[in-house]
Amino acid sequence: MTKKVQVSATVNGETVDFLCEPWQSLLDVLREELHLTGAKEGCNNGNCGACSVLLDGAPVNSCLVLAVEAEGAEITTVEGIAQNGQLHPLQQCFLEGAALQCGICTPGFLVTAKALLDQNPNPTEEQIRFELAGNLCRCTGYDKIIKAVQAAAKNLQEAN
Amino acid sequence: MKPFDYTAPSTIADAVSLLSQHNGEARVLAGGTDILVQLREGLREAGIVIDVKKIAELRALDCCSTSGLTLGASTPCAEIYGNADVCNAYPALTDAARIIGGWQIQSRASIGGNLCNASPAADSIPALIALNAVALVAGPSGQREIPVADFCTAPGRNALAAGELLVCLQFPAPSANASSAYQRFIPRNEMDIAVVGVGSWLQLDESGQTILSARVALGAVAPTPVFAAEASDWLAGKPATEDTYRQAGELARKAASPISDMRGTAEYRVHLVGVLTQRTLAKAVQRAAG
Repeated sequence: MTKKVQVSATVNGETVDFLCEPWQSLLDVLREELHLTGAKEGCNNGNCGACSVLLDGAPVNSCLVLAVEAEGAEITTVEGIAQNGQLHPLQQCFLEGAALQCGICTPGFLVTAKALLDQNPNPTEEQIRFELAGNLCRCTGYDKIIKAVQAAAKNLQEAN
Repeated sequence: MKPFDYTAPSTIADAVSLLSQHNGEARVLAGGTDILVQLREGLREAGIVIDVKKIAELRALDCCSTSGLTLGASTPCAEIYGNADVCNAYPALTDAARIIGGWQIQSRASIGGNLCNASPAADSIPALIALNAVALVAGPSGQREIPVADFCTAPGRNALAAGELLVCLQFPAPSANASSAYQRFIPRNEMDIAVVGVGSWLQLDESGQTILSARVALGAVAPTPVFAAEASDWLAGKPATEDTYRQAGELARKAASPISDMRGTAEYRVHLVGVLTQRTLAKAVQRAAG
């Protein structure tokens, strides 16, 4: 039978070692072993984006990554977005703009939106909608989310 | 998920020997966006999962104006459309890579995986057929080439024999005054499975007025993606006009033998083949011109 595998990765800037089964998803390990419960299990099949994390800077569905694949990788979860006790401008704008209701989809939106603004500091509304298409929200209807991302982009640009 | 072992070989030879050693028990993992869902939902089983992303040849993305494009089987979509040379030379490929799932899927999903998964509605396959791509396959008795048009044999089935691994896709060098496009119809804006998809490639003469040759391929209208041979052959020598694209669409409709399902009726799909053939030809001409 299979043996547990030791994996070493960087999670939110810190080196982390964990043991996992070869068939365990990264989402499962983040939540159950590392107790980082920000990433959520929505559909568990790659449709909803609630489990989005950054894997070497790229947004991925952590339900569709095996934890063993994270060996040597750099992972950012929603817990790693705030810096020095300060909310990331995206988090601040989601709060101020009430861009959430139940909140299950929010970590995924934040992580993907961060990847977008890292890559494109001044996206158009169409670009925001396109790049966030892999994140589903069943409460708000998206407009407040898009507006929060636009506001955060503006705040980030003014800060720089 | 049912338990399985995991291994990540770094050479083609090791991967092929692992596939033979675990005959029937092994599943290949590239981006995992299909296979991990299928394993979790019990649609497929694995005793061992072979991650091929550490094999250099399977991560290739070599775009050259004289030798063409070599696309490793596990290279993710986002890397493909992030490459400006590939976007310029093989736009039908990057059109498809840009709309397979959302960004999270595109960070992981590969064109090789999309091809091996052999869905009739796979977005990349009509583009690959239109671009005349050839699959390079490695197996216990060496390497062989399979034209992408012959790669899918039935829904979810492909031409790989036991122990064989898809290494890369090879695309001919870009021709002068040539371009391509892929479009699909879905009832949503993004994140959906094609009701119909059409990929078109064509080459114009120097004046840009006449089509020298063309390739049109269709998705989601037959058990496998299909090359629309009659429409493609007919286009050679025709003027690059809307009327030509419309007539080619009429001929492409004849290559479609769709079923009716929850995504659309057979009649609707045949209609869409005409519309999307017309639009992708027009788009390819527009790109070729400029």
